[in-house]
Amino acid sequence: MQEVTQATMEFMKQYWAPLVCGLAIVAVLPLIVGYVVLVERKIMADMQARLGPMRVGPHGLLQPIADAVKLLIKEDIIPDDADKLVFWLAPVLSVGAALLAMAGLAIGPAFQIAQDINVGILFVVGVSAMGIFGIVLGGWASNSHYSLMGALRSSAQLVSYETAAGMALVCGLLFAGTLNVTSIVEAQRNQGIWFGLLAPVALFTYLVASIAETNRAPFDLPEAESELVAGYMTEFSGFRWSLYFLAEYTNMIVVASVATTLFLGGWLRPFSETRWLNFIDFFPPLLTAVIGVYCLMRTPKQPARVQQLFMLAVAGLCFAVAAVLASPVLVPIAKPSLAAAVRPFYAGIHGGFWFIFKVSAYIYFFMWLRFTLPRYRFDQLMRLGWHFLIPLSIINVLLIGIAMIVGVYYHLNGWRLLLATLPASIMALIIALFILALDQKGEAQKAPSRAPDSYA
Amino acid sequence: MASNTIAGTGEKQQTLLGADELILNMGPQHPSTHGVLRVKLKLDGERVIGSECLIGYLHRGVEKIAENRTYQQFAPYVDRMDYVAAVSNGLGYCEAVEKLLMVEAPPRARVIRTILTELQRIASHLLWLGTHALDIGALTPLFYCFREREEILKIFEKYCGARLTTHAFRIGGLQYEAHDTLEKDVERFCKAFEPRIKDYEDLLTQNRIWLGRTKGVGILQAADAIALGATGPVLRASGVKWDIRKAMPYAAYDQYKFEIPVGATGDTYDRYMVRMEEMRQSRLICLQAIENIPAGPIMAKVGKVLKPPPGEVYHSIEAPKGELGYYVISDGTVQPYRVRIRPPSFVNLQSFDHMVKGHLVADVVAIIGTLDIVLGEVDR
Amino acid sequence: MADEPKEQQPSGVPAGDKPAGSSAPTSTPPAKAPAAAPPAAAPPKPAAPPPPKPPVQLQTPLNNELVGRVRAKFAAALLEAIEDRKQAILTVECGRLAEVAQYLRDEEKFDLLSDLTAVDWPRREKRFDVVLNLYSFAKNERLRVKARAGDGEQVPSVAGVWPTANWLEREAFDMFGIIFAGHPNLTRILLPDEWQGYPLRKDYDIIEQDTSWVKENLGIESGQ
Repeated sequence: MQEVTQATMEFMKQYWAPLVCGLAIVAVLPLIVGYVVLVERKIMADMQARLGPMRVGPHGLLQPIADAVKLLIKEDIIPDDADKLVFWLAPVLSVGAALLAMAGLAIGPAFQIAQDINVGILFVVGVSAMGIFGIVLGGWASNSHYSLMGALRSSAQLVSYETAAGMALVCGLLFAGTLNVTSIVEAQRNQGIWFGLLAPVALFTYLVASIAETNRAPFDLPEAESELVAGYMTEFSGFRWSLYFLAEYTNMIVVASVATTLFLGGWLRPFSETRWLNFIDFFPPLLTAVIGVYCLMRTPKQPARVQQLFMLAVAGLCFAVAAVLASPVLVPIAKPSLAAAVRPFYAGIHGGFWFIFKVSAYIYFFMWLRFTLPRYRFDQLMRLGWHFLIPLSIINVLLIGIAMIVGVYYHLNGWRLLLATLPASIMALIIALFILALDQKGEAQKAPSRAPDSYA
Repeated sequence: MASNTIAGTGEKQQTLLGADELILNMGPQHPSTHGVLRVKLKLDGERVIGSECLIGYLHRGVEKIAENRTYQQFAPYVDRMDYVAAVSNGLGYCEAVEKLLMVEAPPRARVIRTILTELQRIASHLLWLGTHALDIGALTPLFYCFREREEILKIFEKYCGARLTTHAFRIGGLQYEAHDTLEKDVERFCKAFEPRIKDYEDLLTQNRIWLGRTKGVGILQAADAIALGATGPVLRASGVKWDIRKAMPYAAYDQYKFEIPVGATGDTYDRYMVRMEEMRQSRLICLQAIENIPAGPIMAKVGKVLKPPPGEVYHSIEAPKGELGYYVISDGTVQPYRVRIRPPSFVNLQSFDHMVKGHLVADVVAIIGTLDIVLGEVDR
Repeated sequence: MADEPKEQQPSGVPAGDKPAGSSAPTSTPPAKAPAAAPPAAAPPKPAAPPPPKPPVQLQTPLNNELVGRVRAKFAAALLEAIEDRKQAILTVECGRLAEVAQYLRDEEKFDLLSDLTAVDWPRREKRFDVVLNLYSFAKNERLRVKARAGDGEQVPSVAGVWPTANWLEREAFDMFGIIFAGHPNLTRILLPDEWQGYPLRKDYDIIEQDTSWVKENLGIESGQ
């Protein structure tokens, strides 16, 4: 009997836990994406001297749900000339690829669906790149010029920037020595330094390339509203459109997670191995508690009773999260005997917090750029990719490789590895500036060649 | 018109890969054609090898309406042409009819007209800046611009009760005396506006992407600009220093000091810079004007029924978009025999085909934006 | 105003007989009038001296250097040169409009065609006036050139002289049905291609047009 239980446990552990995680992601992700959109709109409003959504729920907190309901009950339009099957399939493909990529990510040491894939990062990058099929097919199937051009731009963009992103990832992988997601984070713990600090140029290249890959401003040419109406999504509406939307935001989360894992120490706390900085552990509960207090303060200002209650509930939720986050920190202080028992909880809960925090910061950066910068033109985008990012990332890989050899030779590791990588990064930076200057000179020479033409 | 031909581009052109050209129909419902402009583009990949503007979707027959209204009755109609610069339209019409009547608005009216018209110029340029930046992908300036424009519209509202299509002036002067706080309101706006322009410039002027998107895009040489009849900031950006406010002063412009900014290359960036500087100059004009608004009547002696002596007159003003001309013919009756409106947007739009050739699709929207057209005025 | 009851006054005809009741003459003439009038050799101004109140002659013959040069060059093709409210107006023979335009642009430096339009005088033998408003950057002055054209008569296009005339002539064609010979693409511009009639002609009946359009496109009797 015991063996049966044992076997069941084994089975559960192997298959059901990931399945539950997966279901959780599929079920919760749309909601998360909805709230990411809300946060984006709020940030945008803040940067643009206005309030943003304020009507549905207090401070627009229920807006994502209203939006989701609206999208679901919208009429489902398929253009007459569209290829029906592909039109149906394309958004599913896009969102499927994005969700599948989530499977390879480790949000905490234990929270990972596809555990122990030895090609973890490669799997994530490869699968998320599959999403482009959804975009290309969708653009083609809608049988509209705008859609087709959006799709073409998107694929060209992905091809150009995937190279640079891949090269940037190689830099991080050189340090990690493994593709396994969990091991990469462990490697950063062992080194005591995040790879982003060791290879800042690679982090920068990946940042730029990942913005381009997820079609976000200033590289949002495939859906450039002012040029292509909505790019590949022009003919999509309602639920299908929201699937594309979901895919786009999921992709954002995926690239942010990859960057977090590889360059920003994954679920590790900043300076996780430095004992005297352990007080940083108080930051997560304090942050959530402060948010809770803010909600509490705003409660009396809400116009309607329902909204006040809702605000109270949000505050309560924040306090609950704060309590959960605080418990693994406070329990060992109160009762040192329980320290060992609490340890895994600490790793899971705080790891999750830090991971999400870093991903949020990364995505915030995306949004910040979006509201600040104009959009690139297609040829400029391509030139930036091929003339600047790809050479830079390749040179950077070379330099980092050399730095690593130097590091091995002099037995440098941890923070001391910076001695070798910092000169490499500076050199890469100089080369980057050089490439830029060269590119601009070439541009200046080409400019006056515009042929005069007669009046049309 | 046959659906797949574009006038003036010949039958078949050599494309990069020898593939068929793509005919892309932009508009009349498109996010960045600023209304109901329809542009047919002939594309080689993303490169434009031919284009044709199809207009008229907003044609309301304003000139025909004029022939069936009295002089005063027609005045509100002109506000509906360039509806983002209604005050300027009204000024042009009122002055043209005044010229036909051979009366002149009293000094006080002229100064107040100048103030409101210059505020309108700023408002129009702000709207242009916001939408132009939005077309090029910068989302945020739009909201900043609308914030300032709102202040101007509030001044209009205080003055005459309307915000957009104001009908602020009357033939012979002004209907309303300036409200008590006009000077203060204008001054407050002007004070606040200076740092705000700097904000926009911080966002755009030195921005590498903005430079890349506007420098060298849609170049219009001075000779071409004149030949194509372009006026206003479009002409000045090409280096022709011609502003009707200076060349043939109307209203009270001869009393104020201001500069005419000109560009050098005539590209989109120059037009941007010219309009930015024009906003500053307009602000200066407003500040000068509010310092000394002469006292006196606000209406000249014109009868209740206007019967201009037979004859004709062409009067043009420097509207925010360019030369806005009114050619009014009187036959001695209460209704104009003919009112011809020379719309700056319509004529400026004509240079679109010339400017866009050889550029990419993304530049098309930049060029439409930089021409600063209002379809209400193009189609009338 | 579909059918004009009064006899129309071609603007060239002196109209000194009936400005009586209007408020115009006593008030001062516009002091800030545009510099449209050629600076040199302006004829005696109408309504200049305040004391006497003669019926004002608004349209006076114009005879300055520019007119002299044009007359010397084109002789009989210059039908009339008058000044109305200090704005110079030349009327030229329709057939030689393009030539005159070319001359004015090249020799007289009227390099900007501000506007090109038309006016319909249905009672006249040649019912249309094609009106060009020119501007010279060099001289800072305006000039109006008119050509009279009959219905169906071809007017030489000036699109070759000023490319901006392209759309302006299309608009004149659209609204008046004036044919411009040598125009690169003379099609309707503001109205739909299948539009019937020319709306800015004085005899164009709006009501009838509206009714027929509504009948045809909406299938109802009347939109009024």
